[in-house]
Amino acid sequence: MEMPVPDPVAMARKPELVRRLRAALPAGSVIDAPEELRAYECDALTAYRCPPLAAVLPVNTEEVAAVLRICNELEVPVVPRGSGTSLAGGALPTADCVILGVARMNGVLETDYDNRFIRVQTGRTNLSVTGAVEVDGFFYAPDPSSQLACAIAGNIAMNSGGAHCLKYGVTTNNLLGVTLVTMQGEVLEIGGPWLDPGGLDLLGVICGSEGQLGVVTEAVLRILPKPEGARPVLIGYDSNEVAGACVRDIIEAGVLPVAIEFMDRPCIRATEAFAGAGYPDCEALLIVEVEGSDQEIAEQLAVITEIAGRHNPVEIRESQSAEESARIWLGRKSAFGAMGQINDYMCLDGTIPVSALPLVLRRIGEMSADYGLDVANVFHAGDGNMHPLILFDANKPGDLELCEAFGAEVLKLCVEVGGCLTGEHGIGIEKRDLMLHQYDRVDLETQMAVKDVFDPKWLLNPAKVFPLSVSTARRERRMAAE
Amino acid sequence: MKPASETELAEMIQAATGPLSVIGGGTRLRWRPVTGAPLSSAGLSGVRLYEPGALTLVAGAGTPVDEIVGVLVEKGQRLAFEPPDMRGLMGHDGTPTIGGVVAANASGPRRVQLGACRDFLLGVRFVDGAGRIVKNGGRVMKNVTGYDLVKLMAGSFGTLGVLSEVSLKVLAVPQAEATLIARDLPLDQALGALRAALATPFDISGACHDATGAEAQTRLRIEGMAGSVRYRSERLRAAVCAGWDLVEGADSAELWRATRDASAFVGSNEAVWKISTMPGRAEDLMATLTAQDLAHRALFDWGGGLIWLAVPQTGDSGAALIRATLARLGGHATLLRADGRLRQAAPMFQPRDPALALLETGLRDRFDPRGILNPGLMGARQKVGTA
Repeated sequence: MEMPVPDPVAMARKPELVRRLRAALPAGSVIDAPEELRAYECDALTAYRCPPLAAVLPVNTEEVAAVLRICNELEVPVVPRGSGTSLAGGALPTADCVILGVARMNGVLETDYDNRFIRVQTGRTNLSVTGAVEVDGFFYAPDPSSQLACAIAGNIAMNSGGAHCLKYGVTTNNLLGVTLVTMQGEVLEIGGPWLDPGGLDLLGVICGSEGQLGVVTEAVLRILPKPEGARPVLIGYDSNEVAGACVRDIIEAGVLPVAIEFMDRPCIRATEAFAGAGYPDCEALLIVEVEGSDQEIAEQLAVITEIAGRHNPVEIRESQSAEESARIWLGRKSAFGAMGQINDYMCLDGTIPVSALPLVLRRIGEMSADYGLDVANVFHAGDGNMHPLILFDANKPGDLELCEAFGAEVLKLCVEVGGCLTGEHGIGIEKRDLMLHQYDRVDLETQMAVKDVFDPKWLLNPAKVFPLSVSTARRERRMAAE
Repeated sequence: MKPASETELAEMIQAATGPLSVIGGGTRLRWRPVTGAPLSSAGLSGVRLYEPGALTLVAGAGTPVDEIVGVLVEKGQRLAFEPPDMRGLMGHDGTPTIGGVVAANASGPRRVQLGACRDFLLGVRFVDGAGRIVKNGGRVMKNVTGYDLVKLMAGSFGTLGVLSEVSLKVLAVPQAEATLIARDLPLDQALGALRAALATPFDISGACHDATGAEAQTRLRIEGMAGSVRYRSERLRAAVCAGWDLVEGADSAELWRATRDASAFVGSNEAVWKISTMPGRAEDLMATLTAQDLAHRALFDWGGGLIWLAVPQTGDSGAALIRATLARLGGHATLLRADGRLRQAAPMFQPRDPALALLETGLRDRFDPRGILNPGLMGARQKVGTA
């Protein structure tokens, strides 16, 4: 993965930078020792590493503003970081940057059940947002797999989704307002605890902008009353096509499950070996979950199992207890761990129209044979968000590159059939150079124009999202002026 | 001007030498602060793709809403964000278009449960003020590829570009619906009941208090499978709605159509405000207006978070008072219906915080460098074209 040549001027300013940051922040907030900076050299895309110039760990909005003002003045790039769980390299440093970590900003600022929102500092982890309100019967809906670790800051930057967004939407649908600090150090309140923010939808474009428009320090999140209960049904089929048809028929029937998860045979076998959830050995497996009271669950599952039955399933297993529900989810939830057990893997994140599912799975199978790399498919089937896991051996020279080439081909296929490069992980550096397969230059110019307005000097996370060849002029304008 | 294709639209905008008034169906925005040559999207019409099994529909921006609704109904689906039909309220005829709905981010009572128009918008194609054709998003439900200009275009009232195509997430029409109704509750009890109901797990899809007529009505809507609707209405009656009446099916639907379209204000001579605030602040706001003797009739939707307010057309019709109070309480007010005199006195949109206004002007300068798209709308951007 190509990264821009670090700015020598910014790098030469390290002593002054560190001195000024130390003067502005309390003791222990600025890290510049090389051995300590190792902790910030990568995120969850561990194949790429680069220690930053320095890392800062502010505790509130004012400190974030102070950091950004200093970096703006010294023209040192800033890479914001939540918990560092990005699979796309969203928080990967450059050698000339300051990592601005929000991990110490994890407080709950306000909880309001009357108006059904919570205001938090964005270093708070996703799951602990729900943790703060569940005792009172509420929850925060977006649930990325990394929810135990990932921060709201990163969720907002990447517009994260999760297994249950078929019903509840992704981050942008549950975000009501943010406190945003611009690169100039200005503090902006955008939106708030009401349902229609007014004016242009700045909140909408900030969410998912991968930390390129500003640093979000506080967020107003919509919270929802927890449903009375939830229960999954497991359905196995002998072919991907039939499983796909079943998903389509469930959706067309007007039942809206909270989740429809899909696993293919390689994935089923791997998770069985790892977790022993007792899945049938079949070609395709669906886990469909519905919510409500016992009688509401029974009413929905009756429709779903009737539809599933029409397609001649290998097995239908309706959960009758909390224990059985946990068992049904066990394999799915350990899918990534199971893969990690077998090998190194790369997790893709393209989205396709649900109707293209059989074609795409068939093509991925063919590509797997061509590349000589195994692949297992886990999939949010209700909304077409695929997570093919490509297995490779990081110690074998050339294998990572081969895997990346395979991944790129899969993502291009997603775009070809009417989908997109990424459904919930973000572009980061990982898919940056594929952007021209989805958008043409005018489309990207228009997106970059938004960054020009918020961050005219292109100092915030500048080497991400846009292909380097497309953003060169903007990134180098600053350096040329020096 | 009425382009028949996206390419023609781009050519017309490139060739424009002065301000353009961007028009969908012309049902909600006939008044303009700056006169411009009318540019209608009505020629960019037609459903281009519909996949019921993927819950997606793609249509030209000029497609009549009724045409889309008709196509969806055949498969038992609908636009779940319930776009309001403003013809009655605004006293305009014309044909509401999907582009107009998106440009206004117009959302009905179900906003409180499922989201706004912008939450159902999956992708857009548009032509910006320089005549460039731009696409963003797509036709799949989960998409974080690059910046989300889809949201930015929703509710931008044609100031950033002229929509040529939109793709939408649609949902199934539920099997059943029911409405619980209480009569003549005082405002604090009514809004308290709505908030209490919205905090239950019973998935309320509409929560309004109609205080526009002789008899006030407080209403809660439940939708879903028949057994589930029955179950939840019973539980609600046991929990927060003791003694409330129950109306089902078509009768229930009709009540929410009237709420959606603010039908109570059709044909009256009052100015109409649309106010967005925190549900818990609605009572404060109303108390302030009453204390200052501002005569009004109010329809509270979204559990109190959306207030349709009709005020006599005298003085500034409460503009200064309402907006100052909202600046204190949080929220904003849009002047939806007004006569020419009042339009001169009060801008349509609540003035923005100066720092945000600067960002918005910056965006408009990039998307519409000549300042020709609906100039004067959505705040005080000074440029008024090149003519």
